[in-house]
Amino acid sequence: MNAVVDPIDRLLVVATQRGLPLVVRPYHQLADEIGIAPEEVMARLARMLENGVIRRIGAVPNHYAIGYTANGMSVWDVADERIDQLGVRVGELDFVTHCYHRPRRLPAWPYNLFAMVHGISRAEVLAKVAAIATILGPDCSSHDVLFSTRILKKSGLRIGA
Amino acid sequence: MPEAACIDATDRAIIDGLQGDFPICERPYAEVASRLGMAEAELLERLQRLLATRVLTRFGPMFQVERMGGAFVLAAMRVPEADWLRVLDIVNAFPEVAHNYRRESDRNCEFNMWFVLATETADAIHAVVAGIEEASGLPVFPFPKLQEYFVEMKLTVRP
Repeated sequence: MNAVVDPIDRLLVVATQRGLPLVVRPYHQLADEIGIAPEEVMARLARMLENGVIRRIGAVPNHYAIGYTANGMSVWDVADERIDQLGVRVGELDFVTHCYHRPRRLPAWPYNLFAMVHGISRAEVLAKVAAIATILGPDCSSHDVLFSTRILKKSGLRIGA
Repeated sequence: MPEAACIDATDRAIIDGLQGDFPICERPYAEVASRLGMAEAELLERLQRLLATRVLTRFGPMFQVERMGGAFVLAAMRVPEADWLRVLDIVNAFPEVAHNYRRESDRNCEFNMWFVLATETADAIHAVVAGIEEASGLPVFPFPKLQEYFVEMKLTVRP
């Protein structure tokens, strides 16, 4: 842990990493578990939201269950000197949920731009991937789309108590 | 491939309405329920069911472990089909593996197991990668993010 997250914040992370209590007063229950005032729980969560330790508080749907049965990780070999400019443009597309520059692992893996695309069918995802290809144009030398065929694990962060 | 689950219009409104901005106040579920035009008890009961049936995989704060000094790293392996179940058990047994997906491409990409490692300190990633390599006998390829251009996981329920 570091200066951003003190030991009490850490207790809150451990207490909520599996989820927020489904009770009428969830922050009061956390306060009882940790042994601090409910107001302090709320103030600490609000601060962690503000400084980005918490990205958001909300529901994480199973993509398949809510209709996104096709989930394609499109990967692209993009010219290094152009990747920042192009990555921002790809990330702006409304159907891209994640977009990152990651390292190549040559010779096995030539791709350095990763853009996640979700859809109700592989055809829909592939049509969206074609739109990305148009944006990248000649600055991209090759690409692939890796469709998820099974969720093998989805538990999220687990730090020790 | 799992089929899309059977969820009604109320479930849909809950899922779409709860992807962010959950209030921090004494009775947050009551506030969301009134926004959605339902009773607090019904919202809680439906949330419980959506979690139990795995329509929702989680409800609560999403942590950016990097902001706490930790790391969140995508990694991949090329797992031979005959060895799949043995390697899967080994990889999933590591608590640092936050999620794991099987992936395949039309081009027969050999990288077929993709998982995300979440650790409380950035240095711990190397030890986990080495631990998985040692336990499985296969190389692990980490793909740390060099630049994040966009992340927004909000997906509305498809009809």
